[in-house]
Amino acid sequence: MDEAGGRCARFETWAIFRQAAPSTPVRHPPFSNRLTFGQGSTVSIQLAIAVTHLVSRKRPTLVSLVGIALGVAFFLAVSSLMRGSERDFIKRLVDNSPHLTVYDEYRNPQPQPATLRWPDGAVELRRVKPLREVRGIRGHAQKLAFIESLPGLRAAPVLVGSVVLTFAGRSEGVTLNGIVPAKMKGVSTIEDKMTQGSLEALAAHPNGLVIGEGLARKFGLSLGGVVNAVSPAGESRALKVVGIFRTGNAGYDETQTFTLLKRAQGLLDRPDRVNRFILQFDDPYVAREVASLIEARIGYKAVSWLEASEDLMSVLLVRNLIMYSVVSAILVVAAFGIYNTLSTIVMEKVHDIAILKSMGFHAHDIRRIFLAEGVMLGLVGSLLGLGLGLGLMGLLIQVEIKPPGATDIVHLPIYWGYDQYLLALGFAMASAVGAAVLPARKAARVQPVTILRGMG
Amino acid sequence: MNPILAAENLGRVLPGEVPVTLVQDVTLDIERGEFVAIMGPSGSGKSSLLYLLGLLDTPTSGRVWLDGRDTSRFGEDELAATRLEKLGFVFQFHFLLAEFTVLDNVLLPMRRLSARPEDEARQRAAELLRQLGLGDQGHKRPHQLSGGQRQRVAIARALANDPPVVLADEPTGNLDSHASANVRQILHDLTRELGKTVVAVTHDLTFASAADRRIGIVDGLIAPDWQA
Ligand SMILES: Nc1ncnc2c1ncn2[C@@H]1O[C@H](COP(=O)(O)OP(=O)(O)O)[C@@H](O)[C@H]1O
Ligand SMILES: [Mg+2]
Repeated sequence: MDEAGGRCARFETWAIFRQAAPSTPVRHPPFSNRLTFGQGSTVSIQLAIAVTHLVSRKRPTLVSLVGIALGVAFFLAVSSLMRGSERDFIKRLVDNSPHLTVYDEYRNPQPQPATLRWPDGAVELRRVKPLREVRGIRGHAQKLAFIESLPGLRAAPVLVGSVVLTFAGRSEGVTLNGIVPAKMKGVSTIEDKMTQGSLEALAAHPNGLVIGEGLARKFGLSLGGVVNAVSPAGESRALKVVGIFRTGNAGYDETQTFTLLKRAQGLLDRPDRVNRFILQFDDPYVAREVASLIEARIGYKAVSWLEASEDLMSVLLVRNLIMYSVVSAILVVAAFGIYNTLSTIVMEKVHDIAILKSMGFHAHDIRRIFLAEGVMLGLVGSLLGLGLGLGLMGLLIQVEIKPPGATDIVHLPIYWGYDQYLLALGFAMASAVGAAVLPARKAARVQPVTILRGMG
Repeated sequence: MNPILAAENLGRVLPGEVPVTLVQDVTLDIERGEFVAIMGPSGSGKSSLLYLLGLLDTPTSGRVWLDGRDTSRFGEDELAATRLEKLGFVFQFHFLLAEFTVLDNVLLPMRRLSARPEDEARQRAAELLRQLGLGDQGHKRPHQLSGGQRQRVAIARALANDPPVVLADEPTGNLDSHASANVRQILHDLTRELGKTVVAVTHDLTFASAADRRIGIVDGLIAPDWQA
């Protein structure tokens, strides 16, 4: 029996007490421990206790971890798909239309000359008819030079007008775009959409015309055919089809035509005028800022694709909000698992809590132990979920789909951006810590005497 | 010199539909190095008095003076800090943390106080265990020890931060006679050799006779002529 050697406890010297206590005890005011992580001991003892709690309750801990991990994985799978398809959609939207268009218009009506002369005047002249301006961008050469001096973009001047095309007794009103082929190539994907001929052929043929497949079919035109074009100004000219394109957008393919800028200027009777700049950016998402910069600098209205498709963007935003609410709700459900686990631990460890407090642990030490348990469950669960989620995304991207009518096999669009990982981690941690708050508070409020009285 | 521990008209009433008086009007001074036994019938309020003296419970009347300081003004944090540095507890049912080794249990209060570097604290914990005859038990879990050994671990832990006062609630109540004698001797030595003050609630007459002073408690009141 161990007590048989009891006399060993008759300490000869208690030497330890003679030399032990530090000569000048290091005094810590009660609050200093809160922030001194460098000090280590306090924080690490809390962490050590937190770890033993979780390890001693293996099954609930595991269930909580699986809950968070599945939540995060599902979050990532859904988010990567939704954001991927959104990006895919935006890419199509952006690629097939200019990133930014500068019009020969002002965003706000020009002030009346009378208002400029007498800014404080109480009189407003009604029924003032503005002088009919010959539309077009004034000083377009310098303005284009300024825009082209901005980094990360390409710009092309265009004169847009309406003409009536006549061929074999049939007439059709179309939009005529006067372009500079070399510049147009930098700002538009039309070049890639040519099915016959090319955009460059315009440069070789001053009377050349590029039309869409839909229009060609309407007229029964083919490459080399000659149509007659009549403008509202009364000019008319025979133009030869040197290229045919197909964008897949029926409206576009039936109404848009391209010719040389000089030819369009002549035909529309707007010598040396341009009424649009079309811009394309390396990064389409800077279009909005550049638009306001250009507008401020040259005065004319500059509309970015973001502004032009504001309604679509807000739909996408709402879609993302709904998606993230749903996937976060799953994490909130997982948080109930954590709440349940921690509440059970608080109940089971109430004696330990009482002894820690009687020993001199503060309420905030106890609270921190249980918050740390929430943080650990959240962190480990998130990391597991991150791995699982990446695995799911890797599987999803291998899914092959053959849309009806299409020849190519397409893959599911998957978004890999890091922001969704941060979002998932943020939501998971918020749920986990949120779930720990109540059990932690309950633990911190345990009164040791209540427990001790119950013991005897 | 000031008494190390003093109760001044100490009272504790549990509120409720029928309020329960646990302790009434207890006034006593306990000197440094004194070995005091608190005795009395079961349910008389001995534990309640000890909890009040140990700043675990708040009195409903009167106050406790510890080392010349009036503790009735202390907030929760200061009470906890005082328990950590000035008081050591030993209970009848040794409250050791089951998941920690014996050594880590002894280290707990030192780690919380963090006045000593970790390696120094470990040395001290090992030395305390050795002094209490548990030198080779440090790596074990509490459930691997006998009742007497566990009670000695609890004493080692109570001594970890070198507090001037050790409070014990029936420390031998659960032990066989041999282990009881051992624990009694240790507590006695604490007062004689280290100048610690020990206040112990006990039913054990041998234990009580070893004390410098015996205080009888009946119905929450000091009973000067109480005899077991
Ligand atoms: N929570 C409680 N509610 C009501 N009475 C209690 C409560 N806790 C303790 N008591 C009573 O208080 C009295 C004192 O208890 P205690 O201090 O534990 O006595 P002792 O330690 O001397 O046996 C006892 O009569 C006990 O029944
Ligand atoms: Mg009792």
